[in-house]
Amino acid sequence: MTAPGVSTRDWWGTEDVCVRFGSTLALDHVWFRAEPGQVSAVVGGDGAGRTTLLRCLAGALAPTSGRVRRPARLATGYLSAGSGTYPDLSVAENLAFRATAYRVPPETARQRSAELLARAGLDKVTGRLAGQLSGGMRQKLGVIAALLHRPDLLVLDEPTTGVDPVSRAGLWLLIARAAADGAAVVLATSYLDEAERAHHVLVLDAGSELASGTADQIVAAMRGTLTVTGTRPAGEAGRRAWRREGHWRVWDPGAGDGGAVRPDLQDAVTVAALARELAGTGAERESR
Amino acid sequence: MTEPSAQAVAVTRTFGHFVAVDQVDLEVRPAEVVGLLGANGAGKTTLIRLLLGLLRPTGGEIRLFGEPPSRSTRRRIGYVPQGLGLYDDLTPAENLAFSAAVFGAGPAAASLPEPLRPYGTTVVGSLPLGIQRTAAFAQALAHRPDLLVLDEPTSGVDPLARARLWETVADAATAGAGVLVTTHYMDEAGECDRLVIMAAGRVVARGTIPEIVGDAQVSVVESAAWAEVFGALEAAGLPAALVGRTLRVPGAAPDAVRRALGDLSATVTSAPATLEERFFELTLSADTTQAQP
Repeated sequence: MTAPGVSTRDWWGTEDVCVRFGSTLALDHVWFRAEPGQVSAVVGGDGAGRTTLLRCLAGALAPTSGRVRRPARLATGYLSAGSGTYPDLSVAENLAFRATAYRVPPETARQRSAELLARAGLDKVTGRLAGQLSGGMRQKLGVIAALLHRPDLLVLDEPTTGVDPVSRAGLWLLIARAAADGAAVVLATSYLDEAERAHHVLVLDAGSELASGTADQIVAAMRGTLTVTGTRPAGEAGRRAWRREGHWRVWDPGAGDGGAVRPDLQDAVTVAALARELAGTGAERESR
Repeated sequence: MTEPSAQAVAVTRTFGHFVAVDQVDLEVRPAEVVGLLGANGAGKTTLIRLLLGLLRPTGGEIRLFGEPPSRSTRRRIGYVPQGLGLYDDLTPAENLAFSAAVFGAGPAAASLPEPLRPYGTTVVGSLPLGIQRTAAFAQALAHRPDLLVLDEPTSGVDPLARARLWETVADAATAGAGVLVTTHYMDEAGECDRLVIMAAGRVVARGTIPEIVGDAQVSVVESAAWAEVFGALEAAGLPAALVGRTLRVPGAAPDAVRRALGDLSATVTSAPATLEERFFELTLSADTTQAQP
């Protein structure tokens, strides 16, 4: 499954990957590409398949069918959702352990840890237990641990969920730095404002692709037109309407006429989800 | 003029020497949605606990529907905490029935809303997060509260489901409830009628988004060599936010940015700040003017 000997300038990702857990198809023919030096975002709600896709990329899960292109394990950095650090180890011990596990020479590890901790504003708390850090600090430590060994592929599962905006900005500095240093960065998020900052976006819903491309490409690919009204439209049109910023957006799958607004990524993704819901294919949204 | 649903007048709350909430004024009127924004430690959760009557203020006054907090005002409040406040081992129907009984709201309040009916017999702990949130909203709204308090209501929910949750919030406001909602996501701030931004225990800004952002500007850098530009800005102490292939630099004028870039080829322009960028400016300046605990 791993493609040995590919150059680091090559891409990582999945080709036609399916993952089945019992009777549930968690990933349904997913194609995904993460390029070196770029940030790619995998977006979706709970049960969309984000974590399953990221686990495949990190080598933590073998697909049922299809192909995963990923670097060797030691060239991959992975932050799993909600953990990734040892609560009973200090900040410094967490990084030292990670450095040993990934065979980073001690002097390199010391220098790089110091540099990353300073950049993330954690250099004053190196002796504190990870379990006693705030949520934002703990996530920063998790990201630092995942990129300490300069992986070619950095896979981050919801690094910013539940993190306040100031810590989130700090996390994005680390993420952008890793991409600037040449890593292919893949991050999962449920927030489109965050996805909009990535170079490439894959939107998953119930295990399959809802949209993919750059944010601009996803917006350009939206079918139909959007109009804005002050009240929820009556009847059938009401099913194609949703509330946003105090008004109602109404999607017309046809060409429509007059009063159209320019959609953004959030609109385009909402429309894609609506289209699927109305077509009935999204009816089976169970994920477990 | 109707009474405000919730009101804090010069409210202060200290824990030992730590001032968690410092002379805060806040008002939520019926039928309006007020967004409360702030970094962790800004004092939002303490303020919510004061408003709910779970904490007493050290100074100042809390009034709910014109009265001090009490059991009778609590009956008129619907609250969705961050952890959702549902019993994992009960089904949505059982959760709702229990809550209706606690609030003395009668059997009508315990009837399961349409979107939850397929899940009526599954325990909450094994339901997808989006359905759990819908159940938590239903439970908070069942007794038709006059004040709805939501602490980060949509964390981890997909965009369409999030729009649907906000419809529920807007419906409650249209029906006359005052709504106070905290969020970490600036996109969601657009759903609120008014915003209150807290930093270091104080209110540092309030009003609509245009009122809060004002004419604040950021520098925008476009370059084929974004990675080099990013490094140069970082070396100059100007942390930049990566947005696609452009870099946005809050708090630095375009000529300062150009100087930091030296010989690197890049286009530097100025653009109106977003709410998030204005939020950083307000939060960081509050942190530097106040000693941290």
